[in-house]
Amino acid sequence: MSAAPLLSVRDLRVAFATEEGRLQAVDGVGFDLSPGEVVAIVGESGSGKSVTAQTLIGLTRAQNSRIEGSVRLGGEELLTAGDAEMRRLRGERIGMVFQDPMTSFNPVYKLGDQIVEGIRAHRPDTSKQEGRARAVELFEAVGIPDAERRIDDYPHEFSGGMRQRAMIAMALALEPEVLIADEPTTALDVTIQSQILRLLEQLNRERNLATILITHDLGVVAEVADRVLVMYAGKVVEEGTLEEIFYDPQHPYTWGLLGSLTRIDRPRPRRLPQIAGQPPSLLDLPEGCPFRPRCPHEFSKCPQYPELEARLPDSPGHRDRCWLTPEEKREKRLVEGQIGLEAPR
Amino acid sequence: MTRFVARRLAGMVAVLFAVSVIVFVVFMVLPMQNPAQTLAGKNATPLLVENIEAEWGFNDSLPQQYLTMMEKVFTGELTSYKPRIEIDDEIVKRIPATFSLTIGAAVIWLFFGLLLGYLAAVRAGGRLDRFLTGLAIAGISIPVFLLGPVLIYLFANQLEIFPNGQYVPFSEDPWEWVNHLILPWVTLAALTIGFYSRVVRTNMLDVMNEDYVRTARAKGLSERQVMTKHVLRNSLIPVITLFGLDFGATIAGTAIITEAIYSIDGVGNYAAEAVKKFELPQIMGVALYGSFFVVLMNTLVDIFYAYLDPRVRLGETASE
Repeated sequence: MSAAPLLSVRDLRVAFATEEGRLQAVDGVGFDLSPGEVVAIVGESGSGKSVTAQTLIGLTRAQNSRIEGSVRLGGEELLTAGDAEMRRLRGERIGMVFQDPMTSFNPVYKLGDQIVEGIRAHRPDTSKQEGRARAVELFEAVGIPDAERRIDDYPHEFSGGMRQRAMIAMALALEPEVLIADEPTTALDVTIQSQILRLLEQLNRERNLATILITHDLGVVAEVADRVLVMYAGKVVEEGTLEEIFYDPQHPYTWGLLGSLTRIDRPRPRRLPQIAGQPPSLLDLPEGCPFRPRCPHEFSKCPQYPELEARLPDSPGHRDRCWLTPEEKREKRLVEGQIGLEAPR
Repeated sequence: MTRFVARRLAGMVAVLFAVSVIVFVVFMVLPMQNPAQTLAGKNATPLLVENIEAEWGFNDSLPQQYLTMMEKVFTGELTSYKPRIEIDDEIVKRIPATFSLTIGAAVIWLFFGLLLGYLAAVRAGGRLDRFLTGLAIAGISIPVFLLGPVLIYLFANQLEIFPNGQYVPFSEDPWEWVNHLILPWVTLAALTIGFYSRVVRTNMLDVMNEDYVRTARAKGLSERQVMTKHVLRNSLIPVITLFGLDFGATIAGTAIITEAIYSIDGVGNYAAEAVKKFELPQIMGVALYGSFFVVLMNTLVDIFYAYLDPRVRLGETASE
């Protein structure tokens, strides 16, 4: 990449002190994000993807958390920025959309007022009328019909999909450069999901937004992402472009995720494939590769955890953490002719 | 919203009707004794009993008897017979004292309950929180009949800062009114302050974990804005219910111990006196007065609730 990236995350580590012990939720995550680019972070619950997102805007700062590494936005270091500085940045330069639009709005205020509140927190001299006009504009931009009237509705008067549109409108109120969408479609049904994704894609294109998309659903990723980071137990296990991840996945965990996608262009399986077992507890990680207990391809090298590095000579941006050779991978990732992960032995 | 209010008010009338029927049944129909005899009081002459029987129409049908009773209540003809005293007047006469005591105490307990609860929640786990917890438990644990005399002893008898009770009407001397009521207010409010501060603290800690609080932070609101506009406001909703019930009950007569300690001749005192002497008309009057305020406060709470939480108003459209 020629130009310096807008957002640059390096070796981000977030740990929480809990009663059961120290919990390393995010362990060495790094990526770059440029304007107009969509980076997707994929993983199961507990993989650290949401903590990563929230750390970027300082929402994980607490007495019991320890945050290390570097997050630079346009050259400015965010992890060491003061709380007031961080607060100015939220909404203004980084907007955030949360998972559940049902619970992410305060039920007792009108939607329009909640948007105006965010605007006025950063620009106190905005008049009520200006704020209102801006809210109507935003509602129109995200495709809410009858915006003029609907900004006076309460959250419970909106459907789930409309509410998520309102949530996106709120995140965009101050025209941030970066948009973080944390599972933006998870709480919605499938037809609404694709509408919201199309909206995000359109906004990303029109406004040259740099977007971070957090999701557990590779189907969502396939629709909008440019680059993909696959996370497992706090670490990135594979990263690459959308094509690299979907057509030449290197890590068995990625195979498992891809294998559990349902596809309409394939015969319907009798049983939906899944990755056997549970993600490990972050308090009690196995030695070496944390995916080892669930992996059918485990062998003698796995008790050591490999570095995240490029293992294919002609794609330097495609990196993974698996000891298998590229040839072995190409062979082992095929289950009945498709990419997938067979049940562990 | 207008519809909602209208329906609540209609409901209130219905409940009051039910209460008056219950009062009627409990005092007039159920007792085995001739109600006229009870109304007349102890050692009444047969002539008085006969007169009362005629006046109340105890030979009429039950619905007719009920109507006669309600007519007496509303026209101020509910009287005590020995000596003949009009109950309505007696209650109305004592209302200023009781209201001064309870409204003042309610303002104090609401203000300090919220303030201390807020501070404890914002500093949860810290030293201030622990101190306030101790204070709240002390407030809840000290009984009114102990706290009252202790305050009188300290502030009235020893330090002589405040008078030891009695009631001075506001119209007579506003300054003395306040001066005389401060100790009773504190006595009556202490328990509730402790209790409310705990409820507010717990509610706020719950609300702090809500998704919309995270959203508010993500918008870049200051911590104070997040705490007051989102956390405090939303955690007040359950407190309003409590307040309505407590305030109604206090007006209806639970201030009775405080009234007794500070020799304030309020409705609570009057009720106690009625029960002591077993004066049936007096008991009926106080029962109706008390239930009116409890029901009124409940209705106001419902309406205010709908104002605070728009989701409550939803029932309005859903049922129509």
